[in-house]
Amino acid sequence: MKLTGAQALIKSLEMEGVEVMFGLPGGCILPAYDPLLDSSIRHILVRHEQGAGHMAEGYAHVTGRPGVAMVTSGPAATNMVTPLCDAYMDSIPMVCITGQVSTTAIGTDAFQECDTVGITRSVTKHNELVMTAQNLPMAVRQSFRIATTGRPGPTLIDVPKDVLQNSMEWYWPTDAEVVDSLPGYRPNVKGHPRMIKEAAKLILASERPILYVGGGILKARAADALRELAEMTDIHVVTTLMARGAFPDDHPLCLGMPGMHGNATAITALQRSDLLITLGARFDDRITGKVSTFAPDAKVIHVDIDPAEQGKVRRPDVPIVGDCRLVIEELIRAIRDMEQSGTPRADTGAWKSRISGWREQFPLSYEASEPGEALKPQYCLEQLRDNAPEGTILVSGVGQHQMWSSQYWRFNEPYTWVNSGGLGTMGFSVPAAIGAKVGRPDRTVWAVDGDGCFQMTAQELVTASVERIPIKVAILNNSYLGMVRQWQEMFYDERYSEVYLSPELPDFVKWAEAMGCVGIRVDSPEEVQPAIDKANSIDDRPVVVDFRVDAREKVFPMVPAGMGNDDLILPDSQMPRKGALK
Amino acid sequence: MNHHILSVLVQNRPGVLARVAGLFARRDYNIFSLAVAPAENEGFSRITIVVDVDSAPLEQITKQLFKLIEVVKISELDPLRSVERELLLATVRVSPEQRGQVVELATIFEGKILAVGVEAITISLDGHPDKLDDFEELLAGYGIVELQRTGRVALPKLDKESRLRAVAHKGKAG
Ligand SMILES: Cc1ncc(C[n+]2csc(CCOP(=O)(O)OP(=O)(O)O)c2C)c(N)n1
Repeated sequence: MKLTGAQALIKSLEMEGVEVMFGLPGGCILPAYDPLLDSSIRHILVRHEQGAGHMAEGYAHVTGRPGVAMVTSGPAATNMVTPLCDAYMDSIPMVCITGQVSTTAIGTDAFQECDTVGITRSVTKHNELVMTAQNLPMAVRQSFRIATTGRPGPTLIDVPKDVLQNSMEWYWPTDAEVVDSLPGYRPNVKGHPRMIKEAAKLILASERPILYVGGGILKARAADALRELAEMTDIHVVTTLMARGAFPDDHPLCLGMPGMHGNATAITALQRSDLLITLGARFDDRITGKVSTFAPDAKVIHVDIDPAEQGKVRRPDVPIVGDCRLVIEELIRAIRDMEQSGTPRADTGAWKSRISGWREQFPLSYEASEPGEALKPQYCLEQLRDNAPEGTILVSGVGQHQMWSSQYWRFNEPYTWVNSGGLGTMGFSVPAAIGAKVGRPDRTVWAVDGDGCFQMTAQELVTASVERIPIKVAILNNSYLGMVRQWQEMFYDERYSEVYLSPELPDFVKWAEAMGCVGIRVDSPEEVQPAIDKANSIDDRPVVVDFRVDAREKVFPMVPAGMGNDDLILPDSQMPRKGALK
Repeated sequence: MNHHILSVLVQNRPGVLARVAGLFARRDYNIFSLAVAPAENEGFSRITIVVDVDSAPLEQITKQLFKLIEVVKISELDPLRSVERELLLATVRVSPEQRGQVVELATIFEGKILAVGVEAITISLDGHPDKLDDFEELLAGYGIVELQRTGRVALPKLDKESRLRAVAHKGKAG
């Protein structure tokens, strides 16, 4: 069967099971948009290519399937760099297709030519310029395989216009052919049995163990296995920003988020532990604080599918390269076997009571506003949380509102939290929420955003309205680049430099309405609940709620950048008893 | 410099060298020298990289390199247990009176005279990089006009036991 490259490309995407893609056409990718008209694939036309990338990420976050974006060459490809880097940092499976100038024009600085493969090389797991139509199916298969296996990540296929126009003889490579074509790609999924035994031994011998759990658990779809391990060993769990929801917040063993804005108990439990059972986490600087003072007495078991994570920051005592789910299952078996053959369990009683002491004394807290005072952002989040329909997916931007979201929400189900952790991309939430809603139309999707972030990608609400993707956006509007303001207040003597936005501009309600959404403004605590009720009741269009919140509110606890976790700053009311975090 | 030699077998595809070089730049690893050429089996190339292991632990470097999709195998060559060779070309300024001295030096080092001019002479020398260092130093006394070295290539010494320690090898799938 003869097909054009464009037809082969679209057919290949269909063969890969793609149901939806996000994109925007232009000169070089034009040929691919023609067969799309006859395809089963739903295409969502965005207003800016960065939006397409983040939508693909949001979709991948909640479905576990690769998000697909297709854009043209040059400026469209460069607009895709931020989402690619974002997906790379957070190991999100994503396949991006970019148009390129014709093979005969490559290297001539032709109109809208850019070195897409060169520019995106360091922000993709792999990328490729496809020079003949015949190679397109193989390139697509390789891209999907690389994006979705091992440590997931974004891939990119750059396709010159004439390659799309030329004809090819259709073929679909077999699995074996794809594997053979990538002799240098052999992700290791099964942990080493001896290391797993070693780990089991350490776990049973530890008096102060902690399960330090990262986003890898979600990538490995290992939430159930994790729960079994935690319950069987009775070990407390901390979930990093990327792992929120991997272990239920309402579980008695869940300590919540550690790190720069983690809660005091989660931070301190890592700090005082004698064994970090590290599962799909990577000792990010936002978790460890100053590395040399991080968890000084702890031995480390480190399970990760990426061998390069082992020893990158902290040298593990027991490195296990493998898929978290498979390794945890083996670990459970190994621990059972050892216990059955009489290996005793160390007494963790004293450790448990220390942990519960910290939890009692250092809950998350903020000062509620007195009547007539400004609205507290934390209060808005509590209300959003308490009124959220079952199974709501929460998406956030980057800044103070992101930290409050992670702190105050109760995540009891995996894949209900979507955020930009590694790159910290302002502008992530609106498009990512759209992608999430496309992936899970059955769920309510709330985006919590800052007024700064919102202004970076809000135009995608037009996409949401036109495509009937009814997401809900809560802007915690403090008229500031709040997180930067917080640092300037605390570390730059309250010298505020270029962080004040504007309290009246833009008019978010009018802007929302202009984009086809319902806009609601909330100024006082009494208005919060009705506004949320109204937003939750609307299901035929997007809703934007502009919560006018107290700009002076800061995120606590906080481990200042470059300091150790023992230097954490607590809310004022808890500072006097900080000594109890021993 | 505390150096190690990595022999990296890669799929010979467009952009492989850029990927390897980009990785070193991006992760702040130092390359001391680099040589690339087709390997014995078709479709593959061998990149010999001399890395400065003061800039990053060798283990991290090999692991990160190994993540590149086209990298099939990485062998670490212990300098004590491998043969290393490099080629040097140098044009040296010499007056007719000095020419004899330089030719004699080249002879002692087993180099070759490639071209002789009125005021200059071009010499080639191959051998262990340390030997090339010595030679270069001696030539410097006369005034080097132009000098080009290839960067080292290396293979394991043929010993009874294999000295080639595969630090990372992606076997066939299975
Ligand atoms: C694209 C981008 N630019 C700059 C930053 C640095 N930055 C981090 S948080 C932040 C402030 C965000 O302000 P806002 O969206 O209003 O949220 P708030 O912190 O007030 O909740 C800035 C500028 C970033 N993370 N991303």
